[in-house]
Amino acid sequence: MTAQASLERLVAGAQPVVRDSTDKTQLLVGIATCALAGGADKMLAALEDAIEKAGLQDKVEVCKVGCVGRCSLEPLLEIRQPGKPPRMYVKVTPEMAEVIVRRDLTGGEPIPDWLIDKGERTEVAGPGHEADLVNKFTRDWDHLDFFRRQFRVALRNVGRIDPESLDDYLSVGGYRALAKVLDEMSPTDVIACVKSSGLRGRGGAGFPTGLKWEFTYKAQGDEKFMICNADEGDPGAFMDRSTLEGDPHTVLEAMAIAGYAVGATQGYIYVRAEYPLAVKRLEIALEAARQAGLLGSNILGSGFSFDIELRLGAGAFVCGEETALMASIEGKRGMPRPRPPFPAQRGLWGKPTCINNVETLASIPPIILQGAEWYASIGTETSKGTKVFALAGNVENTGLIEVPMGVTLREIIFDIGGGIPDGKGFKAAQTGGPSGGCLPAQYLDTPIDYESLREAGAIMGSGGLIVMDDTNCMVDIAKFFLTFTQDESCGKCTPCREGTKRMLEVMERITSGHGEERDYERLARLGKACQRAALCGLGQTAPNPVLSTIRHFRDEYDAHILEQRCPAHKCKELVRYQIITEACVGCGLCRRNCPVHCISGEPRKPHLIDQDICIRCGQCYEVCRFNAVERA
Amino acid sequence: MLSDTERQEIEREIVHYPRARAAVAEALMVVQRHRGWVSDEAVRDVAALLEMTPDEVEGIATFYSMVFRQPVGRHIIHLCDSVSCWIMGQETLLEHLQRKLGIGFGETTADRRFTLIPAGCLGACDLAPVMRVDDDLYGHLTPAKLDEILERYP
Repeated sequence: MTAQASLERLVAGAQPVVRDSTDKTQLLVGIATCALAGGADKMLAALEDAIEKAGLQDKVEVCKVGCVGRCSLEPLLEIRQPGKPPRMYVKVTPEMAEVIVRRDLTGGEPIPDWLIDKGERTEVAGPGHEADLVNKFTRDWDHLDFFRRQFRVALRNVGRIDPESLDDYLSVGGYRALAKVLDEMSPTDVIACVKSSGLRGRGGAGFPTGLKWEFTYKAQGDEKFMICNADEGDPGAFMDRSTLEGDPHTVLEAMAIAGYAVGATQGYIYVRAEYPLAVKRLEIALEAARQAGLLGSNILGSGFSFDIELRLGAGAFVCGEETALMASIEGKRGMPRPRPPFPAQRGLWGKPTCINNVETLASIPPIILQGAEWYASIGTETSKGTKVFALAGNVENTGLIEVPMGVTLREIIFDIGGGIPDGKGFKAAQTGGPSGGCLPAQYLDTPIDYESLREAGAIMGSGGLIVMDDTNCMVDIAKFFLTFTQDESCGKCTPCREGTKRMLEVMERITSGHGEERDYERLARLGKACQRAALCGLGQTAPNPVLSTIRHFRDEYDAHILEQRCPAHKCKELVRYQIITEACVGCGLCRRNCPVHCISGEPRKPHLIDQDICIRCGQCYEVCRFNAVERA
Repeated sequence: MLSDTERQEIEREIVHYPRARAAVAEALMVVQRHRGWVSDEAVRDVAALLEMTPDEVEGIATFYSMVFRQPVGRHIIHLCDSVSCWIMGQETLLEHLQRKLGIGFGETTADRRFTLIPAGCLGACDLAPVMRVDDDLYGHLTPAKLDEILERYP
């Protein structure tokens, strides 16, 4: 029997939790980390309770799914009923859940005010999308900018299936790519397919994935390894967590495909211990896949064997670097080593090893099933396919999105992200975390791909996109990033260990009003030395936030260095709050809100700030209703 | 001395790898799960079990921020210290916590109730600012919300 026939038997017996072919009402509740932090577990309990009280258990099914990406609106509750357009309730509290069961489910009257689209869509989406492997959201939600402008390949199943159910994954085409590979393709066919798809590593560096596979395939070795790098540590990035929490089998399937292509029989997933839910779902998925014969020896009767072990990180950012990661798996301090030799030649325990990031792997099954040409038709000339971005910071719709390469920052931040909250202006977008750079408004219309971001002084990175409004001080931001890299520098090589330290000292001087004009040159020289001479990616990219902000926000540096002034009033040593005696009515609001009790004054008489105690938090400035607190 | 349970749990980790020392970080976490922290004695015991030198194990123990080499409080507060939390007001929270608990990063309250630790990034930037208390994640924090949350951890 072929692998595909074996798989068909599994699919035929599958009983997926989430499915279209049911006459029951299905309630989809997101239970990823973002939803749980928003109280989804309490809402879920209230929901199930209300359903039972209403006697609807036989007609209604509650399904737990991953995150649809609209994290700031969690907890979400999506109602799917045959013949009706789906409805998505947002920010659902336990009390609301009870009302929804009563009015919507029992009474048949949805509550438009609580819906994500305010009940805008009243018709069922037309047929034709059901069989789609990717873009499952488009069918129902293409009237919302947030979903319409996305193109979901890596995240195709996240939020659409129960991540703890293998049957759910099987019902949306899961493991079909693996079965196809085992039946119809040789390792070199698979490598050729991934090469011509144009897929590049989504962990940050953008190295062509097919080439990496080919190098490992060609390397001589009695044993080879396949590693999934899920040590997502970049501040601002959380796409790997969401993928593992919402669609863990995708990663397992892709690892088996990669293992087949490069000649590995053992895989490791190195995942952060900070992601307990992702770890739990991976464990469940691994067990289910082994039970079903989709991992382990003789997968689907094909003769190919491949198994996966989980390895938990223990809190070291540098372990996301591939050579450091391998050292960590081997039980050594997680420090990088010089490359070459690359992991494809000498990797884990000195054996040829292929390391891919979670998002890269999640894109593999659709590429195998829909073809390299299909994938290569998405995106730009040099950057094919789609990219997941984690939207965070001063943006209305924080969450997770996937877009075709080549869209602009403006589309991401304003059309999908909903713009800047509180009527503030856009100042910068930070991509690539501590390895990346800050891009000002003039880059909003630059199409995003690996090359254009690098030219602009930033990098694609793993996809963290932190939006900053005009109240942020870019010098302060750069200093903050440097504090992070200096802290996380493993200390093995001098350029990074000393370079980041010295650069940080300069930045601290500048932000405390002791900068000198020569500091520009110092930062440039230190930065260049670090970029050229550091051992690994962490050190080579550590100067980027400083260098990119000097390049794009020179006027702010000038204000700090030449005028000892912080235009955004963020650098505390350059800010001073005082009360304007003439304007103060003595209401006492500032006095009561001051966290360090440094404001004194009689009721109805002008107050005074004790500058020696003041921590310059700005609370008084924020709360004063009479504009009587002055910031200088 | 490692307890029998600890020894068994560590041995269950070792079988996953071709070499015993690969399980060293897991072994330290096993000890920490049972005792709350990793003492000098535990470092020596783990070294003996994995056929490593105590120095090698110490090198691992001090490399990873999640291995505690000194006693910690009953509850661990991981306050996210990454840029996305910081621009969303993490500093105010830190100041509030420091005043409320009288401790800074890396310190434990006198009553051993809380230990405060910075986290590089908790990967929940969509909910910034965030913290984790033991295994529970909390987002969109304000000083008032913080006070209310800490009450739940006696």
